[in-house]
Order: sequence, then C-alpha cells, then structure tokens
Amino acid sequence: MSIPYTKKVLEHFMHPHNVGKMEEADAVATEGSPACGDMVKLYLKVNDKSRTIEDIKFESYGCASNIATGSIITDLAKGKTIEDAKKLNWKAAAEALGGLPPVKVHCAVLAVDALRTAIENYEHQNGLLKEKISTTKEIIMKRLSRVINPLAGLDVVKTKLVQEIELKNGEVSVYVELPPDHQFAGNIKNEIIERIEPLWDVKAVRVVLRGE
Amino acid sequence: MKQKNIYMDNAAATRTDPEVVKAMKPFFTDTYAVASSQFSHTPGIMAKEGLDKSREIIAAKLGASSDEIIFTSGGTESNNLAVKGVALAHRGKKNHLICSRIEHNSVLQSCQWLEKEGYKLTLLDVDSDGFVDTDQLKKSITPDTFLVSIQTANQEVGTLQPIEEIGKICKEHDILFHTDASLSFTHLNLDVRKIQADLVTMSAHKIHGPKGVGALYVRQGTQIQKLQHGGYNEFDLRAGTENVAGIVGFGKAVELNHNDQTTFITGLQRKLLNGLKEQIEDLNVNGPDDLSKRLPGNVNVSFNMVEGESVVLHLDMKNISVITGSACFSRSLEPSYVMMSMGFSHERAHGSIRFSLSRYNTADEIGSVIEACKEVVDALRKISPLSNKEM
Repeated sequence: MSIPYTKKVLEHFMHPHNVGKMEEADAVATEGSPACGDMVKLYLKVNDKSRTIEDIKFESYGCASNIATGSIITDLAKGKTIEDAKKLNWKAAAEALGGLPPVKVHCAVLAVDALRTAIENYEHQNGLLKEKISTTKEIIMKRLSRVINPLAGLDVVKTKLVQEIELKNGEVSVYVELPPDHQFAGNIKNEIIERIEPLWDVKAVRVVLRGE
Repeated sequence: MKQKNIYMDNAAATRTDPEVVKAMKPFFTDTYAVASSQFSHTPGIMAKEGLDKSREIIAAKLGASSDEIIFTSGGTESNNLAVKGVALAHRGKKNHLICSRIEHNSVLQSCQWLEKEGYKLTLLDVDSDGFVDTDQLKKSITPDTFLVSIQTANQEVGTLQPIEEIGKICKEHDILFHTDASLSFTHLNLDVRKIQADLVTMSAHKIHGPKGVGALYVRQGTQIQKLQHGGYNEFDLRAGTENVAGIVGFGKAVELNHNDQTTFITGLQRKLLNGLKEQIEDLNVNGPDDLSKRLPGNVNVSFNMVEGESVVLHLDMKNISVITGSACFSRSLEPSYVMMSMGFSHERAHGSIRFSLSRYNTADEIGSVIEACKEVVDALRKISPLSNKEM
C-alpha cells in the first residue's frame, strides 16, 4: 500500500538538493526524533551584513515526503533574507512539490519547523531579537517539549524523562532519567543542548544522565 | 530498455501460475453454469465436477475428507467464518476465546469485534522472535474457553508457531483449535490429523492461484454457524454462488505444488538473509534466525538509521518490490503492530523491510537485491543525522 507521490516529490526524494552536514554553521536546528520516525537537522550560514541565507543544508532520517520537503524548503530559503525565509510555510513547500498526500503533511511540517527554529536560534545568538525576554524554566520546558522521548514516542517533558531543570546565572543543568549507555542517550543529550544553547542569555548547558 | 521487475512481495500475492490460468479458462466461456444446477442439467454437473475435483485435491493435501472443505472468497472470509461462526455456535454456552497479538487482522479484528459484542478475549503475548508461550496459553484456558486461534506462520516476520503443541493442548482441554495457514499450508505439508486442528484457513492467491478464492477446513462435527445466508451452498455453511473458475484454479495451484519448490525457496531465503547480513552493517533480523522456525521465503530485517518507506521507494525505482513495517508507509501512520508486540522500538519497525520469495525468484535476483539494498541503505545513511558517516 504505497503512497501516491507527485513526480516532483519523487525527483526531490531521489536526488535531494542541499543535503549533508555543514561545518561551522551559524545556526543549527533539529526537529522530530527517531522515535516518531522522522527527523530533520538543518544548518544555516547567514551573511552577517545583509542577513541573507548564503548556504543551507539538511540531513534527514525520514520518509520520501520528509526528504523531498527538506530539499525544496532549502531551495526556497537559499538566497532569501532571514525575514523572508521566516514566512515560508509547509503550504509553500507542498505547492512547490506539486502537492503532498494529506496523510504525509506532518512529515513535511518538520523540515519547515527546522528552518524556523534555525532562524530563531540565529536571532538569539546574534542579538536580533526584537524583545529580549529573560530565560525561565518555563521557556526551557517549552523548548524541550519539542524533544521526543524515544522510549515513549512522546515529548521528554510530558513523559517526565526530564526530571529537573536548574538555572543559575545563565548556566542551565538538565537532569535526564536515561542511562548513559542507552542507544539514544547521546542523541537526546545533543538535542537538549541544541534546543537550549541558542537562547540569548544562556551561557552553558549541562545534561546530566541517570547516575552521573 | 526497462529492467525486469524483481518481485519479492509474495506474502501479499503471488504470480498466478500459467497452468492455473489454463485450467480456469474453460469455466468462463464453456462451463459457466452454477454448480447448484447439478440436478437440472449437464453443464451444472460439469461445474459441480470442477468444484469437487478441487475439493478432493485440497482435502487430500490436508489429510482431510472432501466434505470438510468449505470454499470462501479468501483468507479473510475464512478467518471471519472460523472465528465468528464458532463464537455464534457457542453463544449462551461458552464465552471465552484466545488468539495471539500478532494474528492477521482478519482474526484479530474479528476477535476484537466479538469482545465488543460481549465475549471475553485473551490476547497471547509473543516473545522477541514472535513465538507465543504455550505456558501462557495453558494458564489462559478456563472452563468457558471454546476457541484458540493461532496462526501457523506470521505474515510479517515469518515465525512458525508450535501448532502441534497448541493443537495437543486444545484437544486435552476439549477446545476448538483454528489456525490461519494461508501462507504456509502447502510449504509445510500441513496435516490436520497431525496438528489436531479443527479449522484451517487457506488462500489461493498466496500459492500461485487466483485472487478471490480461499477455503476453510472444518472438521466434521465442529460447532459452527454460517454467517452468510441465502442458499445451501458449501454444506450449508456459506451461501452464495461458488466461484467455480477460481476454485478450479485453486485446486490446480495446490496440485502444482511440490516439496522441491519449498526446498528451492528456502535456499534463496538463506542466500538473501546471509547476503544482507554480510553486506550491510547495523542490521537486525526480525523474526527467528533459525530458518527451520521461519516461513519458507520470508526475510525481514531492519536497517538501522534509515526509514523504511524511503528504502522501499528507492528499491521500487530499481524495479524491486518489497514492503516495510514503517508507520510512514501505512495510512494509519502506526508502526507494525506485529513488531510492536514483539517489543521492538518504533525505530526498528520504521527501518524494517520484508522480502517474501516464491518459486519464480532466482539466485541472480537475490544477488541484485542484496547489491541494491546496500546501495540504497548507504545512500540514505549518508544523509541521515543519526549516522556519523561523512559525506
């Protein structure tokens, strides 16, 4: 029972544009998780004068819809100012792909979310925020609620994988109820750091696993 | 030139054997009367003869007698008739039935429907290789139990259940035993006397017969009610005009089956499984590693760090037909319930690929498929954020 894709989706799936890692990216964002089956990591290089996206790359652990959307959204964002790129949504991606089956739209949303989060992270790190709100535990919780617990398929906050958060002079400690030798411990750790580190007033992030 | 398709989805449907098509043909344009007209005219008798011949072939294959074979529209109908028909016949007397968590949906959902209608259902767990625990079965049996339904082979991971042992347990407790043997009854030379089954589901299109035909073995004297009313066909257990041509084709398909085909398929299966294990790193075999405990022709593996639908689509572009247990591939967006029941992670189900072979596959095809899988998995791992491999 395969899913009907347009020719354009299949083209981008078979030969995705802008794939791979980027060394020394100006901003990075990951959306999704191995547990929900789809995951996108997106890298940005932004010109610090014109604020245009000079280079953009993505990596995908996902289905055809996920890979194709990653390819098209990076195509669309490349060369745009971050202000313009922020306006890109999944509809723009789906339109550029000649349509997506409704059941696969959620896979497409991930790539778009990754682009938005990466831009947001860039703004945090480069003093571009319009309003500088001090980071609170609630803000950290909200950010962490996008990290998925691979054991449950739900987010790490709701499933209480994140047990405690400490916040002191811009230093954040996150206590995670996962043994260090769990197959996804490394991934979760990186995801948590990636989510919090970009916040403008956060200086350091420490993830403490069970028994550490 | 278009490359020839390499078809490895035989657990879904097989190629109809040309000999089967040939046997069916006269029953469309020449002998088209209905079998129930046997008392009125010669063409009716000829149709009846076509049916009876198939009934005899299938009965002989199972060690049953002809009047114990009920033709249906396929495995799904046979499973519905077995589970619901037996339940209705026991209504008001006994109220409890047992099946495993990894049964085909036509058994599982029939049982769950009965549960909604007031019956009590026990779902048996399976271990990480897909086997039911016969101790759990014994413990689940109550004086109220009337039916145990356990498949012979699993449709996804190929696990062969200990059905002889299960049959024995059921006999000891005077409980009816149904087994869905759609994928396995020809390969395993199932004999109903040996496995002590009271009901056995069969399907034609899984064994190179036509679609739309199946059968249910019903042991003489089994308490069962018909579900479909409106005629006395099939020993008054299934009303409706028999699909004469299809049934003739089914009989022919069983007749064409030989043990050496199964030996050949098992050889290909071994070659494919070993080849994948040798050529591709970071792979899990889903289902038993021991091929003697696995449905002939079934290979199911998970390629870690890649998603199954992407693998399937890439392979399709290379003219290779397989399926995945990934949530992304199903319209419900749920990962395979079989693999979740085996205690696997979502990721393992997401990266799972099922290859199911038939006698029409070749050793050359196995080689091409291993090579193609390696290429596709390598390419997808290169763009996967879970993989540390450099571009």
